[in-house]
Amino acid sequence: MNVISLSSVDLSLAAFLLLLLAATSLRIGLGLEKRIVISGIRMTVQLLLIGMVLKVLFASDNFVLVAIMSICMLLVAGYEVRARQKRKLRGTTGYLISTGSMLVSSFSVTFLALTVMVGVDPWYTPQYAIPMLGMLLGNTMNGVSLASDRLTTEMYNQRGMVEQRLLLGQTWQEASGEIRRDCMRTGMIPIINSMAAAGVVSLPGMMTGQILGGSSPLDAVKYQILIMFLIAAGTGFGVLTAIWLISRRLFDDRQRLVLDCLTNVK
Amino acid sequence: MKEVSLQSPSLKRGRQRGLSLSGVSFLDNGPYTIAVEPGACIGLTGRSGVGKTQLLRAVADVIAHKGSCSLDGKLCDSFFPPVWRQMVAMLPAESFWWYDSVGAHFDTSSDLTECTKLMEKVGFSRDIMDWQISRLSTGERQRISLIRTLINRPRVLLLDEPTSALDKKMVSVVEEILAERCSLQRISCLWVGHDIEQLFRVAGKVYRVETEGFKEEVAI
Repeated sequence: MNVISLSSVDLSLAAFLLLLLAATSLRIGLGLEKRIVISGIRMTVQLLLIGMVLKVLFASDNFVLVAIMSICMLLVAGYEVRARQKRKLRGTTGYLISTGSMLVSSFSVTFLALTVMVGVDPWYTPQYAIPMLGMLLGNTMNGVSLASDRLTTEMYNQRGMVEQRLLLGQTWQEASGEIRRDCMRTGMIPIINSMAAAGVVSLPGMMTGQILGGSSPLDAVKYQILIMFLIAAGTGFGVLTAIWLISRRLFDDRQRLVLDCLTNVK
Repeated sequence: MKEVSLQSPSLKRGRQRGLSLSGVSFLDNGPYTIAVEPGACIGLTGRSGVGKTQLLRAVADVIAHKGSCSLDGKLCDSFFPPVWRQMVAMLPAESFWWYDSVGAHFDTSSDLTECTKLMEKVGFSRDIMDWQISRLSTGERQRISLIRTLINRPRVLLLDEPTSALDKKMVSVVEEILAERCSLQRISCLWVGHDIEQLFRVAGKVYRVETEGFKEEVAI
């Protein structure tokens, strides 16, 4: 079965709906119209570009190209995590921590899936590697950015409490334990929720795409299950790593809470 | 190794009992040098914002500082930080709480009978441990916070305006408890406050904290 190809008229009609939303936003003074339009344009351009890049990439089957592509994705994800934080770690440390934790979790999980579970040959076949890495990175990025934003904000807001606990002779792990656990939960809850709702409330995007693309529903479901497990594991470990690394930075070698490594909020 | 000359005469005599600060400085403040014998109390006063609280925080080693603090001749840096802070306990002016009930803030390993005894002394009934923190007044929190620190069996107390939110009667109760415990358990005490009369009542000596160091204060 072949997919029905979408014409630019079809896409324009869908875009019209978005314009309608923007117009409504303008009408009721929501102030979101500019962002709606810009995000819509960004999405279209980015996806068209990536479509062309993927076309080239899929045709070549070259490991170096796949590697370059993956690294670009990782760097952008790292940038996004940083951009979404209210109080960031100063300097390159924050960037290194978020990129590092995503590298550790997403890349290793994708590699494991490609070599062991999917078993595609060669393991870096871009049709498999790039979409899987993309899904993992996207979700890990969400988790890591939610969790680390919350961690730095909470540590700042609750510095009196943390210091009081240090003054009572608690170790930095004890003094920041509740905050760290809360942040880990914040980072992991979205993916846990979407696992629980998968299939009942929502048909996950990848599965929908595969079914639209003509795969049998059962094959699509199996892939979706695999991806869900991978995403949950990747996000979870990514969040744990990021929280550990950031909180380690927030205390110095004498276990003092040092908040001057965070940027100020105006 | 070259002999290092130290400003503090106490350190030259070898192992000094109690708390001693030698050339402690932080930010633009210092150096501060002082020795507090076990069981002795020294009062510290000074204008607002001069850095009294920061000085206590430096001694408790929760902010970066230069110079050295030592307990019974052993340097702060040679202790595991939580151990140092448990022995050299600072009671901050504002108390913080992170659980709902009073009792949850007390270590299960701490001596409960001693705890109830102290609680009763500062005017609380036996069921205080079940009370909700959110319903306590500032003064009540201050008293409970003091007991939370005392129950940790510190060797040194760094008190930052420990009676600021208490009425006259409670002020003298707290002063009494502190005096008794400090002499019984040989606790060295640094007491920061604004009430000069009180400081001369509780402390053997009172110093004025200046940006450049201590200046001795004379009784009125």
